Amino acid sequence: MSGKRELIISKIRDGVVIDHIPAGRALLVLRLLGISGREGFRVALVMNVESRKLGTKDIVKIEGRELTKDELNLVALVAPTATVNIIRDYEVVSKFKVSIPDVVEGLLKCKNPRCITNQQREPIRSRFRVISREPLKLVCEYCGTIHELGDIEKYFGLA
Amino acid sequence: MAKGENLADTIRMLDAYANAIVIRHSLEGAAKFATEVAESPVINAGDGSQNHPTQAMLDLYTIWREFKVIDGLSIGILGDLKYARVVNSLVQALSYYKVRLHLISPELLRPRQELIEFMNSRGMKYDWTDDPYNVIGDLDVLYVVRIQRERFPDPMEYEKVRGAYRVTPKLIERGKPSLIILHPLPRVDEVDFAVDNMPQARYFRQAGLGVPLRMALLKLVLAGDRS
Ligand SMILES: Nc1ncnc2c1ncn2[C@@H]1O[C@H](COP(=O)(O)OP(=O)(O)OP(=O)(O)O)[C@@H](O)[C@H]1O
Ligand SMILES: [Mg+2]
Ligand SMILES: [Zn+2]
Repeated sequence: MSGKRELIISKIRDGVVIDHIPAGRALLVLRLLGISGREGFRVALVMNVESRKLGTKDIVKIEGRELTKDELNLVALVAPTATVNIIRDYEVVSKFKVSIPDVVEGLLKCKNPRCITNQQREPIRSRFRVISREPLKLVCEYCGTIHELGDIEKYFGLA
Repeated sequence: MAKGENLADTIRMLDAYANAIVIRHSLEGAAKFATEVAESPVINAGDGSQNHPTQAMLDLYTIWREFKVIDGLSIGILGDLKYARVVNSLVQALSYYKVRLHLISPELLRPRQELIEFMNSRGMKYDWTDDPYNVIGDLDVLYVVRIQRERFPDPMEYEKVRGAYRVTPKLIERGKPSLIILHPLPRVDEVDFAVDNMPQARYFRQAGLGVPLRMALLKLVLAGDRS
């Protein structure tokens, strides 16, 4: 039973729990999953709670949603410590850690306006290579511009 | 590409016509994209402010012709280190040799993070100063690049740095007698006309070497190293 000092969030039946997100990045995770809150499904955000592994962490719980490979890659870039828990019928049925991909294709936009990948009329997708994991650094394979976490935050309309 | 066709279509068309494609384009990464679209070999003749590899090959060839060696030289690059594409390519080419680089620019035009990280990743020896007089005595080669008006979002910024980095006989006289001055041309006023008559001036000879260099490159691309 929980005592006076705990807040109970009702459990989700089917969905996903993204746990062990570095503190303060839960909103960014929601943004890059394209979740605004207006979709109608239940979403719980827990921010800056104590964690044995991380000191403090954020948690995102989303009812009725699964994550694609691309979405997992994006989550890994901004929350490399995250654990993804798949929930079915209230139980955790699978659990895995995300891992930062070596190449990120078609998911982010290069910040260099003079980059060929920003041409609307060319059959081209953005492509970045991860050159550093901590701190995160991605380099555009076409124009060589380096992107950091702050650039990803800007791209998703934060910071 | 005046009729509004995209680059991919232009490249596909050239690919059908020709055995090699030489591309100069205003956007960064255009040449790399062309290599993905084309079957034929693509030579990058300059894309945006990113790269100008044939110029860098020519620069190295010129230096080698003068000194018969590149390892061990002390090379100064002066001017716009932030926007000038020849600088990226020259530094990349020099990273295959053991050289000492002295980067010289106004604060505003310091090399970008990308170039710094590249030099670090290749273990290159380099330093930066905003005053050419600090390093002139150490140089074997002084490579001068234009400070271009169109690179400046703010014309006031351009006026501030313009002229402050002119190469004059006075500067060159402080250098070694064997110092050579290179420049990718065209020049505006970053190298004083009085320097043209000094024995150190090599930029016109350098430009001339562009012809055999590019002939050799085309031959290599089209015919391999068969003679
Ligand atoms: N039905 C559910 N609804 C909402 N959240 C859930 C549900 N089931 C589990 N969770 C949450 O999912 C996360 C993982 O659950 P689990 O029971 O595996 O905890 P754990 O043993 O602490 O896992 P870990 O070792 O990954 O920290 C926890 O944050 C938990 O609160
Ligand atoms: Mg736990
Ligand atoms: Zn780019």
